[in-house]
Amino acid sequence: MSIVLDIIASSGLWAAVLRIATPLIFGTLGALLCERAGVLNLGIEGIMTFGAMVGWLAVYHGADLWTGLLVAALAGAVFGLLHASLTVTLGLSQHVSGLGVTLFASSLSYYLFRLIVPLSGSPPTIEPFAPVNVPLLADLPFIGAVLSAQTPPTYLALLLALLLAYVVFRTPLGLAIRMTGENPHAAEAQGVNPMAVRYGAVIVGSALMAVGGGFLTLSAFNSFFPTMIQGRGWICIALVVFASWRPGRALFGALLFAFFDAFQLRLQTAVDGVPYQVFLMTPYILSIVALCVMARRARVPQALMQPYRRGER
Amino acid sequence: MNRDFRLSRRAVLASGLALGVGGLVLPVRAATPLKVAGIHASPVENAWNSCLHKALQDAAAEGAIEYTFSEGISGTDYPRAMREYAEAGNKLIIGEAYAVEKEARQVAADYPETAFVLGSSGAAAGDNFGVFGTWNHDGAYLAGMLAGKMTKSNVVGSVGAMPIPEVNMLINAFAAGVKAVNPEAKHLVTFIGTFFDPPKAREAGLAQIDAGADILFGERIGTADAAKERGIKAVGSLIDYTPRYPDTVFANALWGFRPILNAAVADAAAGKPVGKDYTAFGLMKEGGSDIAYAKGVAPADAEAAMEEVRAKIKSGAFEVPRDTAEPK
Repeated sequence: MSIVLDIIASSGLWAAVLRIATPLIFGTLGALLCERAGVLNLGIEGIMTFGAMVGWLAVYHGADLWTGLLVAALAGAVFGLLHASLTVTLGLSQHVSGLGVTLFASSLSYYLFRLIVPLSGSPPTIEPFAPVNVPLLADLPFIGAVLSAQTPPTYLALLLALLLAYVVFRTPLGLAIRMTGENPHAAEAQGVNPMAVRYGAVIVGSALMAVGGGFLTLSAFNSFFPTMIQGRGWICIALVVFASWRPGRALFGALLFAFFDAFQLRLQTAVDGVPYQVFLMTPYILSIVALCVMARRARVPQALMQPYRRGER
Repeated sequence: MNRDFRLSRRAVLASGLALGVGGLVLPVRAATPLKVAGIHASPVENAWNSCLHKALQDAAAEGAIEYTFSEGISGTDYPRAMREYAEAGNKLIIGEAYAVEKEARQVAADYPETAFVLGSSGAAAGDNFGVFGTWNHDGAYLAGMLAGKMTKSNVVGSVGAMPIPEVNMLINAFAAGVKAVNPEAKHLVTFIGTFFDPPKAREAGLAQIDAGADILFGERIGTADAAKERGIKAVGSLIDYTPRYPDTVFANALWGFRPILNAAVADAAAGKPVGKDYTAFGLMKEGGSDIAYAKGVAPADAEAAMEEVRAKIKSGAFEVPRDTAEPK
């Protein structure tokens, strides 16, 4: 028991939690924004892959790291536009279209990577984001040690969660997004254009997903591999449900999942006699348990996955 | 319309003739390099696949073989790719059966004229299905001998993918090397549960450093990034990671696929059955695997002791223990 407490009391654990959570925060916020407007975006896994590829590629070709993240965001926005035109304008199945975007975006990343980057034994590297010390914050006991191990995109992710919570619940724009996800007919009666809101939400949401992918190649690691997203996008989709479509809870969910992951990596070396698979399972099992508890009170946006056709009842 | 049809029929006849002539020409071209296909389940940047890919590319550049390949072939697609390359007239197919052990053997049975030599955890089958394992544990043992003398915290760590026999043997050999020179040293092991997630391997490495490790053995790429970030040393596996992490990776347990490939190509070209285990060609005493290390990083006496064992392994006087049990 004291081993467990020692691990929980170590700043290394909490630093790892923030690092592991960052791509999940970006991805979950992106998926949440899409779904709040009534569009499920299963393109996330592919969009994250593409963001990881294109952001890395930009930096590899001389752009600075922030430009790399911006390029990733723009590329994500393009895939968002594709998904929105399929699901909003054409009103196609959001599941099928989203999976199509995932297959397309991941294959395209692989293809472009092969085309542009010469084949070599171990893929080329870039110089990734380095941890930064924020004045005042870095001087705090314990929290200072945790935060000073973080790179700038992690701060961006945390701020973004607050910003999205504010926009969704405290601004007219957020009200329009929520109305479009609940009842697009009523939204239109109030002078809101549900089509435009959905397009905007899917495009911005997809850009956020791509930034989450970009974090993996520009901060968490320094090379791109075509298969490196490893299901993180699907975890984000589950986290949106866990969060009951609320940005604050999405942040909490991503941190919780990351906590279990960082915790099990430390338990593996600290505890003998337990098969390592048990530890590897913990983040997923505990997430399912948490999902069961949280989802009882979850309120699904009522118009989620329903295409809006003007004038149709 | 009618005229078009006649033309196309003539074209068909002509092509048949061309094929016939092609058949006649073939025996004359018997000295051409062997047609070899590589089917990689992962992208060829993956360290293990890059070993195969490089050996095949080198052999092709020397004119010994003619090499075509596919990469990123998922398990569900793998048997299809095997059939296509066999149908395309390749004489030898190199790849990996780990995810498709049963199906790969079925495909081989359907194409008795084609030689298949695949990385596998199982046994050879029939005349045309050969297997090889990845045994670079000799180098890992030697790197462990250096690490055991270098650690100041007396804690070293290994990050692996999953505890499959080959990975276990490698990590156990590293641990045995450490213990051989430093019985007091503690060895931490973490499995990341996937073969390919560099950010996760990095997190596993950081967790081990937090637990006191000051030398990491990275069975998976990403581990050395943790070592680099914290300014400690790391050991690489399969390929030479020192150019990628110059001040971090001081030793590598190399594995060369070329001796296995040469043996398989020689058998296939001579029409001999390839249904056997080629693993031994990858051993250190056969010149398949070795240690590559930056001199002067480990203490001089540690390097001398290691070199002594290295010579013994090469001469066959010493055999590194092969322990495939899950390391703890």
